[in-house]
Amino acid sequence: MKVIAKRPESLTQQAFHYCPGCTHGIIHRLVAEVIDELGEGGPAVGIAPVGCSVLAYEYFNLDMIQASHGRAPAVATGVKRALPDCIVFTYQGDGDLAAIGLSEIVHAALRGENFTVIFVNNAIYGMTGGQIAPTTLPGQKTTTSPLGRDTVLSGNPIKVCELLATQEGPAYLSRVSVHSPAQVRRARKAIQKAFEVQRKKQGFSLVEILSTCPTNWGLDPLKSLEWLEKEMLPRYPLGEFRTPGGEENGSL
Amino acid sequence: MKTRLMKGNEAVGEAAVSAGCRHYYGYPITPQNEIPEYLSYRMPEVGGVFIQSESEIAAINMVYGTSSTGARVMTSSSSPGISLKAEGISYLAGSELPAVIVNMMRGGPGLGGIQPAQGDYFQAVKGGGHGDYRVIVLAAASVQELYTFTLLAFDLADRYRNPVMLLGDGLLGQMMEEVEIPQDLGDDNPPGKPWAVTGCRGRGRNIINSLYLDPHKLEAHNRKLQEKYKGIMEREQRFQEHHTEDCELLLVAYGTAARVSRGAVDEARALGIKAGLFRPQTLWPFPNRGLKEAARRARALLVVEMSSGQMVEDVNLGVQCRLPVHFYGRMGGIVPSAGEVLEEIKRIEGGLA
Amino acid sequence: MAGKGKLTIARDRCKGCGLCIHFCPKGILKEFLELNRLGYRPVSLEEEGECTGCGICALMCPDMVIQVERGEGA
Ligand SMILES: Cc1ncc(C[n+]2csc(CCOP(=O)(O)OP(=O)(O)O)c2C)c(N)n1
Ligand code: SF4
Repeated sequence: MKVIAKRPESLTQQAFHYCPGCTHGIIHRLVAEVIDELGEGGPAVGIAPVGCSVLAYEYFNLDMIQASHGRAPAVATGVKRALPDCIVFTYQGDGDLAAIGLSEIVHAALRGENFTVIFVNNAIYGMTGGQIAPTTLPGQKTTTSPLGRDTVLSGNPIKVCELLATQEGPAYLSRVSVHSPAQVRRARKAIQKAFEVQRKKQGFSLVEILSTCPTNWGLDPLKSLEWLEKEMLPRYPLGEFRTPGGEENGSL
Repeated sequence: MKTRLMKGNEAVGEAAVSAGCRHYYGYPITPQNEIPEYLSYRMPEVGGVFIQSESEIAAINMVYGTSSTGARVMTSSSSPGISLKAEGISYLAGSELPAVIVNMMRGGPGLGGIQPAQGDYFQAVKGGGHGDYRVIVLAAASVQELYTFTLLAFDLADRYRNPVMLLGDGLLGQMMEEVEIPQDLGDDNPPGKPWAVTGCRGRGRNIINSLYLDPHKLEAHNRKLQEKYKGIMEREQRFQEHHTEDCELLLVAYGTAARVSRGAVDEARALGIKAGLFRPQTLWPFPNRGLKEAARRARALLVVEMSSGQMVEDVNLGVQCRLPVHFYGRMGGIVPSAGEVLEEIKRIEGGLA
Repeated sequence: MAGKGKLTIARDRCKGCGLCIHFCPKGILKEFLELNRLGYRPVSLEEEGECTGCGICALMCPDMVIQVERGEGA
């Protein structure tokens, strides 16, 4: 018998605190599997700022840094500049990356900092109890948009990959999802690619992963995957927005 | 010993390089721009890293990242920029990361002005950021001290795994003085950093963290920090005295205000007034022991600051309100003259007579 | 014939989210009736012989509850 699915070495034995069915767990596993594959080439440092994944330092069996809300790209810059041969990644939510930390992510990308960003877009603020996020869809109800997001009042959702793709700094930008087995496999490939870009010192890489928040969406885990597919995909199209070779939007 | 004519801000930059600092992150703000300007060419010369960050918030978080790896790192700014760094400084303290933060103070509040001031004493000494933490605060009063205190700041930061703030002001940063470059550049044997995050290989993993969701663990962490702070208070009080042996009127001032006060004390002495000067070099820990000793013959104290009176509170605590503590200050970027301070000395002396 | 799979389910870690049950192509995973230590109804494999070891359950499990093995040469 051959083991085809087991806990990656780059994760500790600690059980995740994430809510039942929350896809943060799937994404953690994918990142850890890819880091496992780096093997000898992969002494890695992970940076998790505030958000549901702030406890990532409990889960990744790596040297880890907990950072303040939104600032992981700046922290990662400081780490990577001091340890240029170490694999460095941030793991950020959408409130973290696209609201409070927008300046840090844009400027890290503009500088072409050679680290990898795992950007978990669940269209809501999970940790603080389901408030509106910069990625919340028009009409989507949250605890601070109880009647649904009114774009006149709260503006329009931000498309991070598209935004960064207008600039010259980034080397790899990709949006993937985890709402089905096929998509999870694609997400894994994108994460692999991003870390490969970093290993080859090609520059800034970011993988935006559409993810669920069953608890704050008020849907069961399965319905959440369906909602993601039906509501989020049209607004956040999947694909590659930048590759080092220039063959954007190639299928993963 | 070598001597060099240096501008205050450049002295800070060069001393950082001498201290082995190879990472500097900062955002421009007057009156400290010569620090990033100097390091923008000096760092590459020594194989170091200079980044002009997108904001002070980014700069302090780059500092957080580099410090996590165990490398020496510095940022500098002036008053409004330090306000933006406050969250990061609290995180550095909470995660017990060494770092050197320079504040060349200017007038406030708000955008204030760009002239020298000392209105950030509370911010530097009492916190500025959230939570029960302390930052070691060194107050330089000359270009020489900007140099030597920069060296010292790196050593203290590493020794205590704690952020250290070097306070100057627009005047000290901009002026030129001769600096003796010391042979001894600091700790020969700085402490190792087994806690640093370097990508674990062949050792247990390291975590840089300030989050403790269990209140008992957070309290234990805080107790540990407080123990450390107690040790710092015990060991690191620094000050300088001028004519305190027999003084009846003790002036207390730091930084630029101390330079002015020293002149006023000398003029007062020439008039036969037994004045002396006590100059804290560490604002935290505040040199209480030295102050008590210096004030033992005094009948009154006069605190001189370029603010509305902030350190005066610590002086009152230091002498436990047993002596009258007078205050003279200017604000808005105005440096008091020795003559103004002398008038104040005479006024108080008159009351004592 | 499909290869034989073997599942090891860490029932005490399961949060009963049901994603594996939904995605199992064979439909052989079910909710276990008894609550586990965490207070959830964990997943269990109903018909052991039917598992092909495709690994999709583990792929979709957010909590790495399921270890999958597959027979060689299948
Ligand atoms: C400076 C600061 N402001 C606000 C917070 C509170 N806070 C913690 S997490 C969070 C939002 C996280 O949302 P997101 O980044 O989308 O991640 P998720 O929890 O959804 O995974 C907020 C506002 C904080 N910790 N620090
Ligand atoms: S609150 Fe949402 S994002 Fe956070 S763990 Fe729960 S389901 Fe996941």
